[in-house]
Amino acid sequence: MTSELFLQYVFAGLTYGIIYAIVAIGFNIIYNTTGIINFAQGEFVMLGGMIAISLNNFMPMVVAIVLAVMITMVIGALIEIVFIRWLEKPSVLRLIIITIGLSILIREVALHIWGESVRSLPYFVGNEVTSISILGTRISPQVLWVMGVCTVMVLCLSLFFRFTLMGQKMQACAANRTAATLCGINTRNMVTLSFMLSAGIGALAGCVMSPITYTQYDGGTGLAIKGFTVAIMGGLGHSMGAVAAGLLLGLLEAFSVSVLPLAFQDAISISILLVILFVRPHGLFGRKDAAGLKEF
Amino acid sequence: MKRYRPLAILAVLVVSVQLLTHWTGTPYYLTQLTMAAYYSVVIIGLCLLMGYAGQISLGHAGFFAIGGYMSAMLTTHNLLPYQDQGWVVLLDKIGFLVASEDLYGGALLAFEPWVAALVAVILAMVIAFIIGIPILKLKGHYLAMGTLGFGIIVYRVFLASEIFGEADGISEVPGFTLLPGVTVTGSFGARIGNYYIAWGMLIIAMALVLNLINSRVGRALRAIHGAEDAANAMGIDTARYKLKTFVLSAVLAAVAGVFLTHYNGGIGPSEAGVMKSVRYVSIVAVGGMANLWGAMSMGIILNFLSLRGLFGSYDDAVFGAILIIIMLFAPEGILRLNLLSKLKKILGGNRS
Repeated sequence: MTSELFLQYVFAGLTYGIIYAIVAIGFNIIYNTTGIINFAQGEFVMLGGMIAISLNNFMPMVVAIVLAVMITMVIGALIEIVFIRWLEKPSVLRLIIITIGLSILIREVALHIWGESVRSLPYFVGNEVTSISILGTRISPQVLWVMGVCTVMVLCLSLFFRFTLMGQKMQACAANRTAATLCGINTRNMVTLSFMLSAGIGALAGCVMSPITYTQYDGGTGLAIKGFTVAIMGGLGHSMGAVAAGLLLGLLEAFSVSVLPLAFQDAISISILLVILFVRPHGLFGRKDAAGLKEF
Repeated sequence: MKRYRPLAILAVLVVSVQLLTHWTGTPYYLTQLTMAAYYSVVIIGLCLLMGYAGQISLGHAGFFAIGGYMSAMLTTHNLLPYQDQGWVVLLDKIGFLVASEDLYGGALLAFEPWVAALVAVILAMVIAFIIGIPILKLKGHYLAMGTLGFGIIVYRVFLASEIFGEADGISEVPGFTLLPGVTVTGSFGARIGNYYIAWGMLIIAMALVLNLINSRVGRALRAIHGAEDAANAMGIDTARYKLKTFVLSAVLAAVAGVFLTHYNGGIGPSEAGVMKSVRYVSIVAVGGMANLWGAMSMGIILNFLSLRGLFGSYDDAVFGAILIIIMLFAPEGILRLNLLSKLKKILGGNRS
C-alpha cells in the first residue's frame, strides 16, 4: 500500500469515524438522562440533511442549515413530549419498541415527502473536484469541514456540560434522578432538553456530511447501528470514549475495504458490535463496576 | 383434553373458511391465507420467546431467511459441473440428489427437497444455538441491539453472496413433496391442498407450543419472565431454559421459511430484512405479549390484510404506527385491554 493510498484511507476513516462519534454522543445524551436508547437517533441525522437540502432551494445554505437544525430540534422535543414524557414507569422493552416504531414512522414519512431519490447539499467550498493537498495526498475540503464542525461540536458539548448551569442540571439528572428532583431540578424538562440536544447535533452532522455521503430517506438505520456500536465500544454514557471508539471504528471500516468486498463493510462493524457485547459489554473504555450499576 | 378444544375449534374454522371461499367463488383468498399461516408459525415461536421467556428478538427474520434460503439454494444449485467428484457421486448414491430439468429444459442435478429442508432447519438450529449462548446473556437494549445486529448480518450475507442470488434472491424453487401426493407448491391446482398443509402445520405448532407452556418448562419460563434472579435462586437453570426456547422459536421460524419458500417458488433478501423482524415483533405486541392465541390471530389477520395489499405503499408505516400505538396505550396487547378498568382508573383520579 502506497503512503498516499494509506493517507486516503486514514482521512476517509476519520471522516466517517467522527460522524459515528456524533451519533454515539447523541445516544449517550439521551441515555444519560433517561436510561433509554433512542433507536430513532439515526433518523435525526437523515432529517437534518433532508430539511436543509429542501430549504437550500430558496435560501442561502447557512440559513438553511441553521433552520434545519432548529426544526429537527423541535421535532426531537415533540417526539419526547408526545410519545415518552407522559408514560408512567415504562419498562425498557416498551421504550425500545416505541423508539423502533418511531424510527420506522419517521423513515416512512420521509419516504413519502422526499421519495427514494438520493440528494445532497452542495459542497460548502468549491465543488466535488476541488481538492487540497495535505501531507502529500489530495482530499476534498469538505472532509475538513466535517472534521472541523464535529470537533467543535464535541468541544462545545463538553464545555456545556461542565460549565453551564443547564448542563450541570442535566448531569445531575443523569447521576441520580431522584436526588436531582429533590434539588428542585425539573427532570422532565431535562429529558426533553436532552432529546432536543441530541436531535440538534445529529441534524448538524447530517448537514455537513451530506455533500460527501449523500442523504437518503433510509440512511438513518445504518448510522444508528454504527453509532450504537461506537457508543457501546466507548462505554455507554462516556462522550470522550465515544469519540475514540468512533475514530477507531471509522479507521477499521476504511481499511477493511482493502481486504474485503464493500458489501461486507456493514457486516464487519456489526460483528465488532456483537463481539464487544459478548466479551466486554461495559465498553473498551468504560469501568465494569460502573456499568453494573446501570439499569437494564 | 380441555386444552385441545380451542385447537379443534380452529380446525373446524379452517375447514369452514375453505368451504366458504368455495361457495362464494373467492378461492383466491386461500393463497394469502396460506402465506399468512406460515408467517403465523414464526409469530407463535416469537411469542413464546418474547411473551413467556421475556427475551426480545429483533432478528427472527434472519432465522426465517436461513431456512428459506438454504432450502432454496440446495434445491436449485446445479451440481452437474461437479458430478464426477467423489462427494457428489456419494450423495447421489445415497439418494440425496435428484435430477430434473430447469425452466429452459437444461439438465439439473440438485438436492432432494427433504434433504435440503432438513439441512436448512438443522443449520438454523445450530446457528441459533451458537448465537444464543452469548446473546441471551444480554438484557434490555443490549439484547435488542445484539439480535438486531445478528439479523442485519444475515441480511447482508444473503445480499452480498452470489450463491444466494444477491439482490435478486433465488427463484424457480421446485415443489416440496412431503408424502406422495402431498406437495408444497404454488401451482394453481394445488391451492386447496396447500391451504390445508399450511394450516395443518400451524395447528401442530400451536399444539406443541401450548403443551410446552402448560408444562414444567412453561412454568419455569414464566418465572424467568417475572423475575429472573428469583427464578435462578429457586434452582431453575434460567440460561438453559432461555436457550432452549430461543432455539425452538428459531426452528419454528426456519421451518416456516422452508415451507413458504417452496410454496412461493422463491425467496428474496427482503425476507431477511430488519423490517420483517420488526413486523413480527409488532404483531406479537398487538396480540398481547404472553397470549399465544392473540398473537396467532393477529398474525393471521394482519398478514392477510398486508398480503392483500390493503395498506398499499404505507405497509411499513402501518406496522410502525401499530407498534407505537399498542405500546403507548395497551402494552398488554389489544386482546387484553380492559377498557372498563382503565376507565375506572381515569375517572377515579388520584384517589388510589
